[in-house]
Amino acid sequence: MEDNRQYKVFKIENGTVIDHIRSPRGLAVFRLLSKNNNSLISIGLNFDSKSVGKKDLIKFEGKAISKKETDKIALIAPEATINIIKNYQVIEKRQIDVPEEIRGILKCLNPNCITNIEKVENRFTVVEKKPVKVMCHYCERTAEVKPDMIDKE
Amino acid sequence: MPNFKGKSIVSLKDMEKKEIMHLLKKAGEVKSGKLTGVLKGKIVASLFFEPSTRTRLSFESAVLGQGGSVFGFADPGASSAKKGESLSDTIKNVMGYCDAIVMRHYIEGAARRASEVSKVPVINGGDGANQHPTQTFLDLFTMVEKKGSLDGKVIGMMGDLKYGRTIHSLSMALTHFNVKLHFIAPKELSIPEHYYDYLRSKKIEFVESDLESCGKELDFLYCTRIQKERFYDPMEYEKVAGTYKIDRSSLEYLKPDTYIMHPLPRVDEISEEVDSDPRAIYFEQAHNGVPVRSALLGLVMGTI
Repeated sequence: MEDNRQYKVFKIENGTVIDHIRSPRGLAVFRLLSKNNNSLISIGLNFDSKSVGKKDLIKFEGKAISKKETDKIALIAPEATINIIKNYQVIEKRQIDVPEEIRGILKCLNPNCITNIEKVENRFTVVEKKPVKVMCHYCERTAEVKPDMIDKE
Repeated sequence: MPNFKGKSIVSLKDMEKKEIMHLLKKAGEVKSGKLTGVLKGKIVASLFFEPSTRTRLSFESAVLGQGGSVFGFADPGASSAKKGESLSDTIKNVMGYCDAIVMRHYIEGAARRASEVSKVPVINGGDGANQHPTQTFLDLFTMVEKKGSLDGKVIGMMGDLKYGRTIHSLSMALTHFNVKLHFIAPKELSIPEHYYDYLRSKKIEFVESDLESCGKELDFLYCTRIQKERFYDPMEYEKVAGTYKIDRSSLEYLKPDTYIMHPLPRVDEISEEVDSDPRAIYFEQAHNGVPVRSALLGLVMGTI
């Protein structure tokens, strides 16, 4: 039967739309951004996508996401697109950019790494961009970035 | 000419080929007696937060043999680390007492952190399962001494390739040369995948092999110890350890000029009957730690 619903996820008046999140990372992106966030949030999962196969989508009504939040999204959903919406119109298409070096956002999962033992700022070098693989500056372990590596602060 | 003055030596990934070659050349000059007294008047702190025999003693011998002085501890129980002092604070204190710091630590990344807070060069004598660069320098020095150069050479690495930091450092260093690597290990102890990624990115040819099939191709067989504590099942350990053991009969798999190396200590992975074979060079390799570490200390303190 033809799917003729007008919207699968409602349009927003003002806020942020994060699209093309490769499934199943949508809920991880949501968890990253939902702390202290009281805005109306719509989430769509498992849409068909030409670019990533199955994609997830999140809309935040009334929330413009920060640069730091954009950087976090880049690490777990490097193919995502971010549109800032005002009066139902896209006013900014924000580029997702995986940096060469990441400071502070990720934590090293190696329990014997100095960063998990003493107070040392985490630093990682990006060794691959899609998916994002990073090397810890201190213990030199390489790992694909997973949501549990992202610092919740 | 590479300038090492003030440089900390933490990981092989910080070292360019020309720096490694320069170090090996200077180590050769120390060994031949062309360079002497290069550490005269210099004070080196030797901070061993983890036990060591060869690394610590050869560093100390290197300092004393070149006219320098050395102090420190061989047991962290004798330091303020026991009272809860952070590594950063220990280093910030010690750097005021010396011209260079040599350290070993059971925590990975400890040497990198120390190098960031220290005003004097820090030399990593091993950080957990991560890196052991000075062992690698003496391994390379020994290889070049025996075969003239590394290019075109085939190296077998055997034993615990997963946790052996000497294997990790050496395989990274060898990416500077045109070599082929054979990894000979039980699957539980194969080299971590990210080292394969690194070797691929540097276009180094490598294969997983067994000694019987690759032995006749090898210029060097680099053995490491398989540690019993890595296995849940002692029976499984016995089975695996026996397979990766070198004795007189396994020498038949090697060429007449395949050198056998080992970072030591060995337990029973190389039988003592092999020691008298001219291809067994592991004690000579360990002795090369002294000229290599002398040259390295002289270079980072700017006296060479």
